[in-house]
Amino acid sequence: MTEIMRTPLAACPACATGAAVAGTGDGAAEGRLMLSLPGIHCAGCISGVERGLKAVPGVREARVNLTLKRAAVEAAEDVTAADLVAALDRLGFEAHELDPGTISATDSDSTGRELLMRLAVAGFAMMNVMLLSVAVWSGAEDATRDLMHWISAMIALPAVAFSGQPFFRNALTALTARRLNMDVPISVAIVMAAGMSLYETAMSGEHAYFDAALALTFFLLAGRYLDYRTRAAARSAAQELAALEVPRATRLVDGREVVTPIAELSAGDLVRVRPGGRMPVDGVVETGTSEIDRALLTGESLPVFAGEGSTVSAGEVNLTGPLDVRVTARGADTRLHKIADLVALAESARTRYTSLADRAAVAYAPGVHLLALIAFAAWMIWSGDLRVSVNVAIATLIITCPCALGLAVPAVVTAASGRLFRRGVLLKSGTALERLAEVDTVVFDKTGTLTLGQPEMQGAADHARTDLAVAAGLASASAHPLAQALRRAAEAEGVAPAAIAGLREVPGYGVEGRWGDHPVRFGRAAWTGGADGPGTASFLRIGDRDPVRFDFTDALRPGAAEAVAALRAAGCRVMLISGDSAPAVEATAKALGIAIAESGALPKDKVARVQALEAEGHKVLMVGDGLNDTGALAAAHVSISPASALDAARVASDIVLLGRDLDALADCLTTARQARARIKENFTLSALYNVIAVPIALAGLATPLIAALAMSASSITVSLNALRLR
Amino acid sequence: MDILSYLIPISLLLGGAGLAAFFWALRTRQFDDPDGDAQRILRTDYDDAPKQD
Repeated sequence: MTEIMRTPLAACPACATGAAVAGTGDGAAEGRLMLSLPGIHCAGCISGVERGLKAVPGVREARVNLTLKRAAVEAAEDVTAADLVAALDRLGFEAHELDPGTISATDSDSTGRELLMRLAVAGFAMMNVMLLSVAVWSGAEDATRDLMHWISAMIALPAVAFSGQPFFRNALTALTARRLNMDVPISVAIVMAAGMSLYETAMSGEHAYFDAALALTFFLLAGRYLDYRTRAAARSAAQELAALEVPRATRLVDGREVVTPIAELSAGDLVRVRPGGRMPVDGVVETGTSEIDRALLTGESLPVFAGEGSTVSAGEVNLTGPLDVRVTARGADTRLHKIADLVALAESARTRYTSLADRAAVAYAPGVHLLALIAFAAWMIWSGDLRVSVNVAIATLIITCPCALGLAVPAVVTAASGRLFRRGVLLKSGTALERLAEVDTVVFDKTGTLTLGQPEMQGAADHARTDLAVAAGLASASAHPLAQALRRAAEAEGVAPAAIAGLREVPGYGVEGRWGDHPVRFGRAAWTGGADGPGTASFLRIGDRDPVRFDFTDALRPGAAEAVAALRAAGCRVMLISGDSAPAVEATAKALGIAIAESGALPKDKVARVQALEAEGHKVLMVGDGLNDTGALAAAHVSISPASALDAARVASDIVLLGRDLDALADCLTTARQARARIKENFTLSALYNVIAVPIALAGLATPLIAALAMSASSITVSLNALRLR
Repeated sequence: MDILSYLIPISLLLGGAGLAAFFWALRTRQFDDPDGDAQRILRTDYDDAPKQD
């Protein structure tokens, strides 16, 4: 029993092969990037995307797959997915990075193709043998029947030997390791059915089960192939986080810059971080002023001022000016590394979910084999005829065949993931739907999940056009998110930026220059003489006039309000836990109608909160995107991240939303609940077939015709029931 | 029943030919992107970099 329960991730109880078809991940070759393109739909899009990608320097080859809505790009090492996404964005195509390892297997890889080929052989042989069997069923006798049986044997034996290999191989590995897995009984059933039929044929017997042996192989292979397609290679989010660490730092030795590996730095060293660079270490700013983006670590939506004495953490991004940082911690001692440890802990503590299929297998497998054994023993005692007893036992094994059970889950998951894929949702785990269906609490992150993590200017129309023009002129000199938001707003209003002379960015404060005769400044309140109030604002001062205030908010992600409303309507408790400041979190919560909101949560607080909810017996769905959410994503019962999320967050989550919209979220939940209902129906259906067929087999009345009918009918019923999901 | 000795081999041969054709299609990756292939033929620009195996 315990051995059966330990077999990993079996969507088909009879096919708990575990490692047999583990993802090979051969698509992850170096320099190969994958993009998901949720918006493409026609020949024009294919041409546009491929031409646009090839125009990017360094790209050697770009190929769009319209069926999967993906593009595979082969490029030089230094080309990043972000460059390609930006290039496509300029052309008007929405694109997101997909790492090849997280994508579930497709037809293009060899393991899947091999399974498909075995399936084709089994299907071909099954149909031919079935046709030959029709002659036997309709009453062929003597030499004709023997001829049909011999031809069937000639087709069936090589076909079984070829197609059954995945089962045989797994059974053999299990047996040599002195374990028992579900492939052992399957192999026994197939081999015994074929062997017994060959013996019967040689003895000119009446019943040969060649068609049943093949049908068993075919249906089980079908289930396994579907199962394989929904399975992705397992990877560790903690390892992805470690990859965020910058391997080298620019160290300052007597005023000279020396590029040094992180391992050779020690506390007290001085390192220089250029604008746009990621902090390699934890430290204190010694000289320089800038702004740093710590959204990934803390969830704060806006850049933070960094000047002399500010503390910075590894992983944060330096935005505007160069900073010289005195190292306080490096490598394993940094905050970033501590978060990675937290994630690793959450991953290992994640309660192993026993799938519905595994639970069914545990109840089903021993029962069937006990039944066959009892049938054999009883007939042996009653009739004393070995041949008859073995025949009855084999008929029992075949009739209770787990094919319908083997198809019950993979067929539903395939139909559901197809439907969700069309809505822009990528399922990464086969059991994600089952787990999602159990959810009663939804925890959202704010920055980057409910909001776009990108500020947007408010009330652009209320400002004087000259103010806007001057501000836009100044803003064009800066890469600061607020400056860029203002420029976009001005553009949307149709205001051309004014010509500003002597533009100069003052890191950490803003931009200044001359507009005609007036000195002009655009930036922080303190620097421009503006009054700092609640909310996010930048100020413009022209000459000696009073500063003009520009307000910004973090734009909500499209569909966020609908998603929250639909989740609440579906009976879920919705919570917002963010690392951002209280006013920003409350504003978002109010806008979306979320009653429970917590702000200022550190990554470990998020994990603790999610774990506490789980401990109370709630099933938590975590929706998040950042480094600070990764631990919580790993700790939750099931997790979803948007395509714009950090690699590690996408790795930690079970489901990835491919589009910008969040409204697919509610559809996910409904589909998951429907899928679970279908899976349970399928189990009931196949159990029902067994209830009818088993007494017939035990009574010794089963003929190959009845076996074939029961097997095909139950498998087809189960598959059709699954297809109702589409 | 002599006809069987012709018909059965013929039916097996025909079925086998179908199976071989399926194998060939699978090996030459014709099932990788059915929608894309259907659309690509409608493009006006010449595909000078057709997908290689």
